[in-house]
Order: sequence, then structure tokens, then C-alpha cells
Amino acid sequence: MTEATQNVVLHVADVYKNFSGLKALSDIDLQIVEGQTHAIIGPNGAGKSTLLNVIIGRLAPTSGAVIFEGAVLTGKSPHEINQLGISRVFQTPEIFADLSVLYNVMAPAFARRDGSFRIDIFHAVEDQIEIREEAEKLLHDFGLYDRREDHAGALSRGDKRRLELAMCLIQRPRLLLLDEPTAGMSRHDTNSTIDLLQTIKESGMTIVIIEHDMHVVFSPADRVSVLAQGQFIASGLPQDVKGDPRVKEAYLGGAVE
Amino acid sequence: MFSLSRKNVITLVIFSAIVLTMPIWLKPLGAAYPGLMQKFVIYAIFAIGFNILFGLTGYLSFGHAAFLGVGSYTAVWSFKLLTMDMIPALIFAVIFAGIFALFIGYFSLRRSGIYFSILTLAFAQMSYSLAYSVLTPITFGETGLLIARDDPRAIDAMLGVNQSASGMPVPSLLGFELGGYSGFYICAVVLIVAFFLSQMIFASPFGMALRGIKSNQTRMMYTGFNTKPYMLTAFVISGMFAGLAGGLLAVTDPIAGAERMKWTESGNLVLMTMLGGVGTLVGPVVGAWLIKYLENIFSAINTNMLNNFFDFLPDGVQTVMVTVMSKFVGEGWHLTLGLMFVLIVVFLPGGLVEGTERLVRRFRRIAGPSDEPTGKMASGRAGND
Amino acid sequence: MDAILAQLLNGLDKGGAYALIALGLTLVFGTLGVVNFAHGALFMLGCFCAVVLRQLLTIETVTVDPTQLSPWGAAVEVRTPLVQAWLGDWGAFLVDYSVPISVLFAVPVMLVIGIALERGLIKHFYKRSHAEQILVTFGVAIVLQEIVKSFFGANPMPQPIPTDLRGAADVGAWLGMEANQLTYPMWRLVYLLFSLGVIGAVFAFMRFTTFGMVVRAGMTDRETVGVLGIDIDRRFTIIFGLAAVVAGVAGAMYTPLLAPNYHIGMDFLVLSFVVVVVGGMGSLPGAVVAGFLLGILQSYASMNEVKEILPGIDQIIIYLVAIVILLVRPRGLMGRSGIMEG
Repeated sequence: MTEATQNVVLHVADVYKNFSGLKALSDIDLQIVEGQTHAIIGPNGAGKSTLLNVIIGRLAPTSGAVIFEGAVLTGKSPHEINQLGISRVFQTPEIFADLSVLYNVMAPAFARRDGSFRIDIFHAVEDQIEIREEAEKLLHDFGLYDRREDHAGALSRGDKRRLELAMCLIQRPRLLLLDEPTAGMSRHDTNSTIDLLQTIKESGMTIVIIEHDMHVVFSPADRVSVLAQGQFIASGLPQDVKGDPRVKEAYLGGAVE
Repeated sequence: MFSLSRKNVITLVIFSAIVLTMPIWLKPLGAAYPGLMQKFVIYAIFAIGFNILFGLTGYLSFGHAAFLGVGSYTAVWSFKLLTMDMIPALIFAVIFAGIFALFIGYFSLRRSGIYFSILTLAFAQMSYSLAYSVLTPITFGETGLLIARDDPRAIDAMLGVNQSASGMPVPSLLGFELGGYSGFYICAVVLIVAFFLSQMIFASPFGMALRGIKSNQTRMMYTGFNTKPYMLTAFVISGMFAGLAGGLLAVTDPIAGAERMKWTESGNLVLMTMLGGVGTLVGPVVGAWLIKYLENIFSAINTNMLNNFFDFLPDGVQTVMVTVMSKFVGEGWHLTLGLMFVLIVVFLPGGLVEGTERLVRRFRRIAGPSDEPTGKMASGRAGND
Repeated sequence: MDAILAQLLNGLDKGGAYALIALGLTLVFGTLGVVNFAHGALFMLGCFCAVVLRQLLTIETVTVDPTQLSPWGAAVEVRTPLVQAWLGDWGAFLVDYSVPISVLFAVPVMLVIGIALERGLIKHFYKRSHAEQILVTFGVAIVLQEIVKSFFGANPMPQPIPTDLRGAADVGAWLGMEANQLTYPMWRLVYLLFSLGVIGAVFAFMRFTTFGMVVRAGMTDRETVGVLGIDIDRRFTIIFGLAAVVAGVAGAMYTPLLAPNYHIGMDFLVLSFVVVVVGGMGSLPGAVVAGFLLGILQSYASMNEVKEILPGIDQIIIYLVAIVILLVRPRGLMGRSGIMEG
């Protein structure tokens, strides 16, 4: 099974990123294959956030390019990138705290259906039965249905995270980006998030997870790339990477948990 | 196409009834003069429009008085140059205010927060200064823009409409001269339409997007919404409402002056909206009515009336009371207004509508524990910033 | 050349007033995080400190002097300020110098007003939205100006310049030009020097005292200072009082240049907000630089030569500059990023 025969969704091609002489990323080449879950792990300061920001177009690479299904992402604004089919979960959940949980999930569905800008004042949100039902079903799956009328800001941190995931999934993205999805979570919440990821993955979604904690990603990931000091030092199947001595040295620094 | 929820339809019907019966229920309150009722209605439109911007997106504009001014000037010019009919006047007022808002909004919306407020303030103050200086050929500066008997009025002349042989021409609607109660009812109908529009915007996906921007602009962008045009549209719509209000002011009294554009007028608008309840449908209307009503009452009171009122007190006390109270009424009405600003923001941060809701909820809780939580999402509003 | 220099000087005193008002405004902004629309009213109160002091000093006794007769034979009424009657020449001096002396009067008065305002009202608004802060302080401003109006009426109340300082300073001669080539009203020069002095004092205070250091640290990072457990509340109160004092003395000394009325504060408020924004929110040097810059620009814009080319420019130059700066350089001239955005 070679990757050439598979459909590459996202291609990060030979990306270098310098910050005033400081090499934040060098020689990054990454291909995300459709339907796979690809984890990018690395210790703090390895360049994970920089890489993520380059992928979503927030930072322009010094050289190289990010190509998503044939379109160059560099220079595009966040909403354009989203409209191409990339949805993103943030390290600290970005939700609409003042809106109801249900509206939180419905809003992204409108963006999917109506595009990035549409003035529609002649229809009521309440009357969009299709979107409403879809959102309600999703909330049901995420265990948030009973709280659909509450302000999203009133949810617990774990629920906010789940809500944000639901907001991304209702857009049926071609690629889902997760930035440290379990950061700051309790063990219980972490485990349920891992289970949730497993479910999402099984639906055939293409996922990129940026993660600090190796243990979170090893079970759901199809492939793992390890970033250290701005470079990939290993890439491959989870178990191969796990056994790689360079990874042990660079990432774990000897202090294996 | 015009889909309103049941609840909204009921609200609209009740609202219309309240507006149209104003001459009846304002009578015992001593405010049933057409002139005053016109003001109630017009400033309600102004506040409704402002609320579409501030209430839904959280962007605090300090320049909306400028759009009102533009609307007034445009309407009076339409009376002078084209016809005394109000329809073209209002259409032009809305269009010009909209174009003006498009221009100011395009630049101001590049910034957010307090910077946005200062930008709108700067633009409005600039317009105000220009109206008094360079633009006097258009605005007639301190005198104000007035209609005259010998204005060209091209359309009227063409159609051979010749208004009342004596005295000044009067704004009209399709040949019927407006004034007094007819003027009020016309404005009232416009207000009901404006309220209906605002209901639709609040309930629509467009309104939802604006609320999303207020709540979390970052999430909006990463959710695929292009927030800039949404903001700009909201700004222009709210500018057009202001233009409409300005046009109506000119319809009820065909004169336009630059003092309407002063930034303190924008400040009063913010107060009206916050007094009633930012982001609620009826709040701005309630706020506008209350402020205009109190203004009318307080500024009309004079020392004689105070003396009569405090007549029952011993002489010395009476003098003291009258002296103290006289600072708050008549010319001193602004002192009362300022105090209201402070008291409202301190004690009623959510405005009257939310205050009432809270009261009702408490009352219900006492009455019986078996009730559904109300108002939780009724308005989708919450503290901004 | 001389004209250009003269306009530069003309802009400086106004710039000094802008800078002083903006200084307090940005101080309150940067430390307390409060958008204070009542700051202009504090300037106005300062103006009326000068008015009140003069009224106190000029309470007169009326005596009839039978030795002097008016042209129609009646005895002449001689009005003597009480202070003069009591203190003689020294009293006359006090009356003459009422404006500069009122600065000393304004300092405690404004300090008390500032502290009372902060303790009584402003401190409850640190955590509220900017919109609410703007509204509540706007309300305070209206209340203050209406109170002043009810006592002093609506007419401007001009204040005299002390006799010794009424002339013109031959600035040209000092700069090596011929005599009377470039003159500048003495009082404007005094105001300029005064404002520079106050600015210098504020900066020295911020730079060389522990108090100032903590406050500056607070302006950079409010949370850290809070974490350090430093009694920030008390300092905030003092900062607000200080800002009120600076605005007040700026107003008191300005009265001979512009006769104060009750709404002078509102007129200056919008301008000083523009100054703060142009300088960069939360930047003290920015406020000063922008204050002088805008004062000078306004002075140039009011030259007839300029007005002929761009009519009305003198009215709008400040707003125009503010708009351009905000659009091109959103953080202002010297501001840091992110302050008060969002």
C-alpha cells in the first residue's frame, strides 16, 4: 500500500518558516491522506503551533507551500479556508458563549449551506427545520441535547470542547484540525474525548491532531509524525514511531512516564 | 417569505395596537399632543435601528446622529427641489444616509472596540463641523435648512400641484397635506414597519450571524463566515434607519439643522437603547419613549408649578424644596438626564426589559414553583465585550 | 518663515492643554482600564476653580467717598475687594494673580473630587464593559456640567491675565532675530512652560517613585501586578485623583486663553480622546507627543493661506488626522498592540 495511490487531501510541501533568523520550521513535508488520522506530536516549543498556523494560513511560510485539494492555502483568510472544507478545534474552546447550545451548532451549518456571506432576513432561523434537526441529532450524539437551550458559556470545559467538535462536524469538513484536544482536561474527560475521536475517525473523517501528550494520539492515529526543534525526526505508524530511539531521545528526553 | 414565529406575530400585533392607540393612552399621561407623539415614534425608529448594530453586534457607534442629520437634510432638499410629497423625501433620506453609512462604516469597521467608537465619533464630529463651515451652501449653517415658498419643486411644478395659496407649503402624502394627527399616524405606520423589519432581522440567519460576531468573532471566521460584510451590512442598515428617522423629523417639521448631528445626540441615543435594553426587540422603543416623555415633562415644569406642588409644606421648607427641585426641571432637565444615565447603568445594567423579566421571574417563583425557565434565550443578549 | 514659526508657537499652548488632558485620560485608561468620558468635565471643573477663587477674592465692600464727586454731583461709590482692604497691596496682588494662584486652590479641590468620584462610582466599573463605562461617565459629565451651569449660568466667564504677564514676549529676539520680529503673548508662553512643568512632574513621579513604578508595571500587565498582591485599589484611587488634578490645573491656567463656560469640557473631551488615540492608548509619552502635534497641526490648519486651499480644514484637521492614524497605524503613534481592542 503506497501513499501515491491514495488521495492526498493536504500537502505541506517543503515548508520553512523563519522568525527573524530563528528557524521555527525547516524542511517540513507532510501529506495527509484522505480518511486517515494523522497525529503531529512533539514537546513544547517544537514548532507545533507554528506548523498549525502555517497550515491554516495565519502565518505565511518563508518558503514552501500548503496545498489543500489543489488549492494553495497561503494568504487565504480563515473563512476562505473554512469554506474550502477545513474546520478547526482550538486549544481553548472557541464557542459562542452568549448563544444557546443549539444555535452554536446551527450557525456553522448556515456557513456550510449559505457560504461565507449571505443577507437572508426573510427566513427565520427557527424555520430551518433541516438544519435544526441535523443539529439536534448531533447534539444528541454528543450528549448535549438536554442542554440545547442553555447558554453555551454555562457549559463545563469538557462540554465546551465537545460542543466545539460538534460545531466543526456539522460542517462535514474535508479535514478536521484538532489543536491539543485534551489540553487541561481531567483524566475522565480525556478518555471520553479519545473515545469520541475514535468514533469520528470511524465515520471516515480525515483528521490532523496536534498534540503534546503522546498517549492521547497513539490509539486513534493511523500515522504519527514527531516534531522536534522545527523538524520531523520520525514519521510512520504509531508503533514504529514509538519504538524509534530518536523519538525517545528527543521527545521523551529519557524521562519516560 | 415573511416568516415570523407565532410569538413574534403576537408581539407585532400588540406592538401595533399600542402604537396606534397612543393618542388614547397618552391622554391621562398628559402627552397626547401630535407633535410629541411624532417624536416618540421617530426616536423609537432611530433607537430600533441603532439596536440592530449595537444590540446584535456589540459595536458601539458614537456617530449615529450624523446619519439622522443627513436624513433630515436630504428630506428637506427633496421638499425644496422636487416635491412636498413625503415618499420621495423618505426614499432619498434613507438612500443618502445609507451611502453615508457605507462610507463611514467601511473605514470605521476596520477597527473594533473603543477604536471603532472613536472612529465613528471622529467621522460624525467632522460632519458636524463641516455642516457649520464649508457645507453651509447645503446646510445653511446656524440658520438651518428651511423650505421657502419660491423653491423650485420641479415635480410639483410639472404636475401642477399648487399647495395652499397662503403660507408655507406643507409636506404631503399623495396629495393629502400632513400635519397633526395625520402626521403622527403616518409616522406610526412607519414605526410598525420598522419594528417588523427588526423582528425579521433578529430572527433571521443574518441576525444570528451578527450575534455570533458579537459573541466570538474568531469562531465566526474559523466557521467560514466573512465577518466584514456582515458588519458593514448591519452598520448600513442601522444608518438607514437613522436616515429614515431624520427624514421623518423633516416630514413632521420641514427644517434641518446641524445641532441634530452633535455627538451628544448620539450619546442620548445610546442611553435610550441601554435604558430599554440593548439587544432586545422592544427595549429601544421603551427607552426612546421614556426619555422623550421625561424630557417633555421635566423641561416643561417651572418654578410656579413647583411652588404649587409643594404648597402643602411650611414656607421655609417649601422654598428650599422648590429651589432644589428647580435645578432638575426646566432648563435643568439635562441634570436629571445625566443622573438617569448614571443610575440606569449602575442599577439596571440590562435595561428595563431585562429588569422586568427578572421581576416577573421572581414573582412567578413566589407564586408557584412549577414554571419553565423564561427568558433564558428569549433575546440572546448578554453583557457585551 | 516667521509666520511658520509663529504658528508653531501658537499651536504649542493649545497643544499643552491637549497634552495635559490626554495625559490624565490615558493614565486612567492604562491603569484602571476605564474609558472616562467625564475627564473633560474635570478640566471644566478646574476652569471653574479659577472662576470661584476670583469671585471669592473679589468680594467687595462698597464705601461712599464724599470727597469725590461724579460729574453730576453725587458721591462716588468706591468698590474695594475685601482682600485688598484687609491685606493692602498684598491683597491687590492676590486679586491680580488670581489665575495662577487658583492652581494651588485647584489641586486639593480636584484631588478630593477625583477621589470621591473614583471611590463612589468609577471603581464599580472596572469589570464592566466599555460601553457601560462610557455611558456612566458620560452621565457624570452631564451632571457636573449642569451643576456648574446652575451656579454660574451659561455665559462664558473670562478671567484676566495678571497685569505683569499681559504683554508679548519677544521670542524672536531671544532666538537672535531682530526685535519684534516674532512676538508671542506672554501668557501663552507661561501656559506652555506650565504644561511642560506639569508633564515633567508627572513623568518624574512615574519614573522615580515606587508608586510610579508599580503603576507603570500595571499599565504593562495589569494581571501580574494584581497577582503580586500589591494594594492596587488604593493606587488606582490615587491615580484617578492625580488625573483629575492634572486636568484641573490644566483648566485653571487655561481660563485667560479661553473664557470657560459649562460645556467647555465636552468640547475638549472629544478632542482629547482623539489625542489619546492618536498617541496610542495607554502610552503616556504618546499622549504628550500627540497633544502637541495636534495642537500645532490645528494651528497651521487655521492659517489663512491653508484655509484658502482647503476650506474648512481648521475645523476638521484633528479628526482627519485621527482617522488616518487609526486606519494606517491602529495602535497610534506609540501605543502597544491589543489594548482596548475587542
